[in-house]
Amino acid sequence: MSEQLYWENVTAGQELPILLKTPSTQQLVKYAGASGDFYQIHYDKDFAINKGLPSVIVHGALKSAFLAQLLTDWVGTRGSLKKLSIQYRGMDVPDDPLTCRGIVTRKYQVGNDCLVDCEIWIENSQGQTTTPGTATVMLPSHGSIV
Amino acid sequence: MQEPFTLTDELRQSILGREGVPTHLDIEKGHVKRFAEAIGDSNPLWTNEETALQSPNQGLTAPPTFLRVATAVLPEVPELEPLNRLLDGGSEWEFRQPVYVGETITAVSKITSIRQRNLSVGPAVFLQSETTYSRKDKSITAIQRSTVILYSEPED
Repeated sequence: MSEQLYWENVTAGQELPILLKTPSTQQLVKYAGASGDFYQIHYDKDFAINKGLPSVIVHGALKSAFLAQLLTDWVGTRGSLKKLSIQYRGMDVPDDPLTCRGIVTRKYQVGNDCLVDCEIWIENSQGQTTTPGTATVMLPSHGSIV
Repeated sequence: MQEPFTLTDELRQSILGREGVPTHLDIEKGHVKRFAEAIGDSNPLWTNEETALQSPNQGLTAPPTFLRVATAVLPEVPELEPLNRLLDGGSEWEFRQPVYVGETITAVSKITSIRQRNLSVGPAVFLQSETTYSRKDKSITAIQRSTVILYSEPED
């Protein structure tokens, strides 16, 4: 794990470290098993095509998990994810490299909580944003250490 | 040709507020580990007891979206069966408390909004639900709001 991030060290406009994911069909099966989402469009190609899809598609919830990881990796063991909002705009297919990105939009305090809002998104290999979202994280502050 | 689906006010009122059966999920260490592996997240907070004990949470916790596992039972809406296709429109999470390995979480889903919109594929229904995840002591760990889009298979 990298060094702990502090609220003081964050500025609006700052980019989050990129997280790369290339989900394979095997990963979709593992996610189906671990999450209990056994909708066949995620592992049965014939079923997916019959439903009018190009192929099996990546679970929306798996993409949410990727974006959540983008944030929990960034905030470190002393920060935490407070809000996560994700829109499934476009489908993603296995073996396409997905780039998870984020940018800080706002930094503020509510009571003693040091918060940061971010815009987050997943880009496919064509550079299209398939999965945009927003998030709020809480960070430790140097000021809060007594 | 079938009559196109119409969401009447009466139907809307009867669906709004409908609750699903509560589901209970024991947060098991092995399950959390399998989930973290499945999403490819090697954060030690989910699987390394030593690091987790030294963190502000002071114990193993589940990745935020692990709670999705407990969203098993959505309220039943057989009235919407003519709309046989479903798209997951997205979701919004509010995480209030960490979810610890060893505890039991109860999830209850409720329909909070239902409206019809006519899309290029025909009439579609946007269904919003809210799932509350709580502990045995009734404290809320998270709230999830999600939207699904229901529509019919286009006719040839």
